[in-house]
Amino acid sequence: MGEVVVRTTDLVKQYGEGEASVRALNGVSCEIFDGEYLSIVGPSGSGKSTFFNMIGGLDRPSEGSVFINSVDIAQLTPKELAFLRCHTIGYIFQTFNLITVRTALENVTLPMLFAGTSPDEADEKGMKLLDLVGLGHRYHHRPSELSGGQQQRVAIARALANSPAIILADEPTGNLDLKTGQEIIDLLRKLNQEQGVTVIAATHDHKMLGVSDRIFHISDGKLDRVETQTPATH
Amino acid sequence: MRASDVRNTDPPFWVAWHQARASIRVRFWRQAITAAGVALGIAFFSSMQVLQAAEGKGADAAAVSRNQWLVATSLVMCLVGITNSMLMSVTERFREIGTMKCLGASDTFVVKVYFLESLQLGLLGSVVGSVFGAGLMAMATRAMGQPAPPSAVGAVMGFGTVLGLVLTVVAAIFPAIQAARMPAAAALRVEV
Ligand SMILES: Nc1ncnc2c1ncn2[C@@H]1O[C@H](COP(=O)(O)OP(=O)(O)OP(=O)(O)O)[C@@H](O)[C@H]1O
Ligand SMILES: [Mg+2]
Repeated sequence: MGEVVVRTTDLVKQYGEGEASVRALNGVSCEIFDGEYLSIVGPSGSGKSTFFNMIGGLDRPSEGSVFINSVDIAQLTPKELAFLRCHTIGYIFQTFNLITVRTALENVTLPMLFAGTSPDEADEKGMKLLDLVGLGHRYHHRPSELSGGQQQRVAIARALANSPAIILADEPTGNLDLKTGQEIIDLLRKLNQEQGVTVIAATHDHKMLGVSDRIFHISDGKLDRVETQTPATH
Repeated sequence: MRASDVRNTDPPFWVAWHQARASIRVRFWRQAITAAGVALGIAFFSSMQVLQAAEGKGADAAAVSRNQWLVATSLVMCLVGITNSMLMSVTERFREIGTMKCLGASDTFVVKVYFLESLQLGLLGSVVGSVFGAGLMAMATRAMGQPAPPSAVGAVMGFGTVLGLVLTVVAAIFPAIQAARMPAAAALRVEV
C-alpha cells in the first residue's frame, strides 16, 4: 500500500457542554493510505459523519489532530484550509448538495475556477468529467432537472474537478435506489482503480463493503475493528 | 501541501458576479418578493417624508409632532421589513454557503457573492420604492391643495434610495459573514 494520506491521533469530538454533551468521537487514531478504497461502517449515531467532517477539515476536533499529507490541519489559516479543500479533497454527500442555481457544467467548473483555472480550460475539463460520469449530454441542465442518481454523478464529477488525492463520501448511496446506488459504487471503484484516487466512504450499504480494500468499524465514537479484505472485482 | 504553496485562492471578480446573477435569475420570484419587501419599506418611509414636507409650511405644533411620530414609525417599519427580508433570504441558504466552502470558496468569496446580490436587489427595491412612495404622495398632496415642494420630493427620493441600499446590503452581509466564518460542517447542517 502507498503512503499515508490521512492520519488521526486520539481524535475526540464533543458536542455541547456539561450534562447535555455528546462524545461523538472518543479517541480515534488511524492511518489511511494513498490509493485505497476505505469504507466506514457503524450503527446510526456511532460517529461516522462526525469523523467525515473531521478528516475533511469541515469541523474542528475537540482534542487530537488530523494530518492530511502530513500537515496538521488545525494549524492552517482559513485561507489555507480553503486551498486544501479546493485542491486535495473532493466531497460527496448523501443529499448531493449541488449548487441549485447553476447548471451541471457550472457546478463542475466552479472548483476549478476557485483553483485559478482559466474558464475555457475549466469548461473543457468539466465536459470531460461529465462524459466520464455519463452525463455529457445533460451539461446545461440544472440540478432540479436531474434525477437523484444523475445529481450524484454530477457531484462525483465535481469532486474530481481539481484532481484531488482524496474523495470523501458520506453515505453517497443513502438517497438512491439499489440499482442507481450500485452504479455510483461502481463508478467510485472505477475512479479509484483507474485514477488512483483514495476513496473514503461512510456507508450503510453492504454492496459498498464488497468492493472495499479496508473497512473501519466504528461504534460509540471508537474505532472498534479494522478489516482488511481482497475486494471483489467485476 | 505547505503554507508557501497557497496562492491567492480568490477567483476573478466575474465568478462571484455570475454566481450572484444566477441566484437572482433562477430564484426570480423569491428574489422579487425580497425586493418588493425592500420597496414597500422604503415607499412607506418616503411617502411619510413627503407628507411631512408638504404640511411643514403652515402646520401647527400638534401636526408637526404627529408628523414626526409618523416618520419615526415609518423608519422603524422600513428597518424591520428590510432586515427581515434579507435575513430570511440569506439564512435559508446557509447550506449553499457550506457547500461552496467545500468546493474551495474562501470566506471573502462567499461574502462577495451576497454583497453583489444584495446590491442589485437593494438598488432595484430602493429606487422603485422611493420613486413610487414619494411620487404618489406628491400627487396626493397636490390634489389636496397643499403640494410638497419639488426639490423636497427629489431629496426624499435620493435619500430613500441610499437608505434602502445601505440597509439591504448591511442586512445581507452580516449573516453572510457569520455563515462564511462558521465551520463548514455547521453551515451544512443548518436547516431553515
Ligand atoms: N451538531 C451536533 N450537535 C450535537 N450533537 C451532534 C451533532 N452532530 C452529531 N451529533 C451527535 O453525535 C453522534 C454521532 O453522530 P453522527 O452524525 O456522526 O452519526 P453517524 O454515524 O453519521 O450516524 P448516521 O448513520 O445516522 O448518519 C450522535 O449521537 C449525534 O446525535
Ligand atoms: Mg451520518
